[in-house]
Amino acid sequence: MGNRVAIVGVGMTKFVRRALETGKELSWLASKMALDSCGMTMDQIGCVALGTAPDTFDGVHMKGEYLSDGAGCWGKPYMRSYVGGGTGVFSVAQGWYHVASGMFDTCLVVCEEKMSTFQPHAQAAFLTIFDHTTERPLKPNLLWIFALEMNRYMTAYGLKKEDIARVAVKNKNNALDHPAAQIAAPVTIEDVLNSEVLAWPVQRLDVSPVSDGAVAVILANESVARRVTDKPVWIEGCGWALDTAYWTNRDLCYSRCVEEAARMAYKMAGVTDPRHQIHVAEPYDPFDYKELQHLEGLMLCGRGEAAQLTADGVTARDGELPVCPSGGLLGVGNPIAAAGLMKVAELFWQLRGEAGKRQIARKATRGVAQAWGDLMQVGTVVVLGV
Amino acid sequence: MSERIAVVGIGATQFRTITPDVSYKELMFDAAVRAYDNAGIDPRRDVDTFVTCAEDYIEGTSIFDEYVPDQLGAALKQVHTITGDGLHGVAAAVMQLRTGRFSLAVVEAHSKASNILTPDGVAACAQDPVYVRPLCLNSHFIAGLEMNRFCAESGVTPGQCAQVAVKNRGNALSNPIAGQAAKLTLEDFRHARPVALPLTELDVAQSVDGAVVVVLATESRARELRTKPVWLTGAGWCNGSPNLETRDWASPKYVTTAAAMAYKQAGITDPRHYFDFAEVDDTYTYKELQHLVALGLANACDVGRDVELGKTATKGKRPVNVSGGALGMGHMYECIGLARLYCAVQQLRGEAGMQQLDKARTAVVQAWRGVPTASAAVLTLAT
Amino acid sequence: MAKPKAQSPKSEVQSPKSAPAAPPYHPIAHGLSDDDFKHGKVCTTRWTADARYAWDRGVAIGRYLDGLKQGKLLGVRCAKCARIMIPPRAFCEWCFKPVDGWVELEDTGVVNTFSLCYVTWDVKRVKEPQVPAVIEIDGASRGMGIMHLLGGVDPKKVFCGMKVKAVWKPAAEREGAITDILYWKPL
Repeated sequence: MGNRVAIVGVGMTKFVRRALETGKELSWLASKMALDSCGMTMDQIGCVALGTAPDTFDGVHMKGEYLSDGAGCWGKPYMRSYVGGGTGVFSVAQGWYHVASGMFDTCLVVCEEKMSTFQPHAQAAFLTIFDHTTERPLKPNLLWIFALEMNRYMTAYGLKKEDIARVAVKNKNNALDHPAAQIAAPVTIEDVLNSEVLAWPVQRLDVSPVSDGAVAVILANESVARRVTDKPVWIEGCGWALDTAYWTNRDLCYSRCVEEAARMAYKMAGVTDPRHQIHVAEPYDPFDYKELQHLEGLMLCGRGEAAQLTADGVTARDGELPVCPSGGLLGVGNPIAAAGLMKVAELFWQLRGEAGKRQIARKATRGVAQAWGDLMQVGTVVVLGV
Repeated sequence: MSERIAVVGIGATQFRTITPDVSYKELMFDAAVRAYDNAGIDPRRDVDTFVTCAEDYIEGTSIFDEYVPDQLGAALKQVHTITGDGLHGVAAAVMQLRTGRFSLAVVEAHSKASNILTPDGVAACAQDPVYVRPLCLNSHFIAGLEMNRFCAESGVTPGQCAQVAVKNRGNALSNPIAGQAAKLTLEDFRHARPVALPLTELDVAQSVDGAVVVVLATESRARELRTKPVWLTGAGWCNGSPNLETRDWASPKYVTTAAAMAYKQAGITDPRHYFDFAEVDDTYTYKELQHLVALGLANACDVGRDVELGKTATKGKRPVNVSGGALGMGHMYECIGLARLYCAVQQLRGEAGMQQLDKARTAVVQAWRGVPTASAAVLTLAT
Repeated sequence: MAKPKAQSPKSEVQSPKSAPAAPPYHPIAHGLSDDDFKHGKVCTTRWTADARYAWDRGVAIGRYLDGLKQGKLLGVRCAKCARIMIPPRAFCEWCFKPVDGWVELEDTGVVNTFSLCYVTWDVKRVKEPQVPAVIEIDGASRGMGIMHLLGGVDPKKVFCGMKVKAVWKPAAEREGAITDILYWKPL
C-alpha cells in the first residue's frame, strides 16, 4: 500500500533571535544545505511542501507565496500546509503524501519562521489567534493558555514546579552541543525556579525563546533514496488530528489530539508497544511541561508519569529513552514551524549515528518526532526508522 | 497503480454579497451538511481526512485552522489547512487518497469577504514588503500591468475583455446560487470607472460570501456510495515567480505547467478538442482569455475574437464559465476554484438545471490565487 | 553516500564560527542585536497593516451576546448526546447535527484552572497580576467552561475548584459583549 518514503538530506540555519536574512533567504539557506547534504540539485526535486506559521509574524499576507522562490518553488508544484504550531512535523506528513501518492519521486520540505519582524514583540501577534467575539475583547495573552494548561496539568497530577523544571534544565543543557542553538548557557533547577514569573505557573525559563530560522529536509521514494544515499531514514508512519476549537470545554490536563495522531502514526508504522519499540523521542517542548504532557500523549508512559521518568533520568541523553537530545525548542530555539522540522532533522542524525556530540548512548533504530499547536488542539506525529 | 479518484458529493451555500445572519462557522456548516447529504455519508463515521483552504489575513484570525473542525464534523479527526485555492486543497486530498491509506476525503473553502473592512489594505500585505509596498499602490495595479502586456502581445482588445464580463455575468442569471449576476452591455463599460487602466471596475470580480464543500473518494469507496461518481482524472498545480520584477507578464507559464501535469495524468494530448466545457479563473476579465491560452484551449491571436463570436458562450462550440465564473458568481478568495468545481460537477452529473449543457462529459477546471501571486491549479474531470 | 560532507555553501554568507563537531555542520544565519537596530547598522522598512474586520456574530453567538446584554448566560442543548454547551454553537460538533434549543445557565461557576499573569497581551509588565481562568459554568454539562477573568480577590488566594460568581456591568452600560461581565469574584 503506497510507496515507501525516506528522508535523504537535511539542512538547517542557525536559530537566532533576529536574523539579518529575510524569510526568503533563510528558506534558501536551509534548502541549499539540504540539497548539498545529499548531493542533489533543484532539478531533481519534483515538488515542494512548505510549512510556516502565522502570516502576522512576518506581516506578509499569503506568506507561502512570498517565500516560494526562496524555498525553490519557482516553476514547481508547491503547496503550503498549515496546522499552527504543529506545522513543522506536519510538513513531513505533507511531503510524505506527495511522494507516497506516486505522483512525485522527490519532495523538498521547507519550514521557515521569522518572528522578529513583528514589532515590538511577536507575542502581541498572538492576540489574533483567539476567538474574535468571545475571547479577544478580554485581551488574552498567549501565555494564558499555556499557564492555564500547565496549572491544570500540575493540579491534576499533584506536580510541583521543580518536577517540571527538570525538563527545561535537561533540554537547555542538551542544546549546548547543538551548533545551531540560539541559547547556549547551562541552566540549573534553581535558575528556572528563580526566573521571572510571567504568568504563574509559567516562568521565564519554562519557555522557549522567540526565534528566526529555517530547516529543510528532502524526501525521496525508495528507488531514488537508494540511489542517493546508503543510509535512508524511512518515514514509517505519520499521523495528525485536530480537536474541537472549543478549548474551554476540553480537559486541559491531557492532549488527546496527540494520542489520536500517535495512534494513526503507530498503526502505519506497526508500532504496538511504543514504550519499547520507540528508542528516541523528540516531543514538542515550547514550554517545559509540554514535553511531559506529550510523552504521555505519545503513550511513551502512563498519564501523569512523565515527570517521574524525567526525574529518574530515563529521558536524559544517556537514558533508556532519550527525549529531546537536540535540546528541543527550549534549548535550540522556537521558530515555530522550523522548530518542529528541526526535531525531524535531529532524529535523522540520531538514527544515522551522525549526531556527533549529541549522539545518544543507546542504540536506536526507531524514533518519534511530534509537534502540537493551534488552540492546544492539534497533534502531529512522525515515526522514523532505519 | 493507484485507484481512480472521484468526486462523490458537493455542497454549497448561496453566494451573497453580505451574510449578516450567519457566522463563518454556520456558513461552513450549511455547505458541509449539503455535501454530506449529497454523498450519502456521515462525516463522524465515514470521512478519513479533511482539507480546508484559508488564509489568515482574509479571515482576520491568526492560525485560522483552529476554528474549522467543529462545523465540518471533523473534531478529533485528520484535518489540515492548505493556504491555497480550493483546488490546491483538492490536489492535497487526491494525493492522500492515492497513498492507499485513506478512502474518503473532504475539501472545504469559504469566503466571508463582507467581514473585511479594508480589502485593499489586506491585499497590500501580500505585496513584497521591501520592494513593492513602499510604492503604495493598490494591488489591482498588478492586474493592470498584466492586462496591458497581455493585450499588447496577443492583440486582444479591452473591448473583447469586456465581452467576457458581459457573457459571464449574464450566464450567472440562470445560476440560482450566483451572487453577482447582471445583464451588462458593452455600453456599460464606456462609463465604467477606471481601476488601473486598461482595467476598469467592471473588469474586476466583486466579492461575495459563501462556502463550498466537496467529497472525494477512491474508486472502490465511490462504488459503495449511491451517487454517480465524477472522475477526477488529473490534478496539477504550479508556481511562477512571486516577484513582479522577474515574471512573464503576457503568459502565465505556471498555468501551462500545471495543466501539462494534469493532462499527462489524464492521458490528454489534444486539450483543444478534448474538453466539452471549461470553468476557468476569471477574477479579472482578461484572465479568462489569458488562462484559456495557457491551458492550451485557444490561440492567443484568436482568443479575443472567439469570445466576440460567442464560441465560449453557453451555446458556443466550447462553453467557458457557463456557471457565471467569478465575475458572475462572485469573488470568493480561496473558494473561487471550488465554486468552479462545484458547477462543473453539476454539469457532468446532468444536474445543472437551467444551465445544463447538451454535451457535458469532460471538463477542465482551473484556479489562480489572485494578485500578486503566480500560483495556479488545474483539474480535469470526466464522467 | 556516507556522512554528509562538510561542504561550504556557495553563498556569500559564511558561517560566523568554524565548522562545529556536531551536525548541522554549517549552520548559517546572522543574528542581529538590539544595538544593530538602534544604531541603524541594518536597513529596515516599516509597515503598519491596514487590516480591519467586522465579523458577523451569526445565530448562536448572536443570541449569546444578546443574553449577556440582559445579564444572562445562555447555553445550547443537544438532545442526542444530552450535553448543555457554552459558549453556544449552532451545531453539536460531536453528533454533527443542529442543536435542539436554548438553556439559561447560572452566572456562577467553578474555577477549573487559572493563572496569575504579570504580562499584558502586548508584553507590558504589570505589578498586579491579571487572573485569567477557565470557569465551568453551573447548569452546563460537566467540563463546559468559558475563559474569563477573576477579580475582587487576593490573587494568592485563588485555587482550582473555587466557586465564583459573575460581576456584571450596570445594565445601562452593557453592549452585548463578553466584557459585559467585568470579572468573576469568589462566591
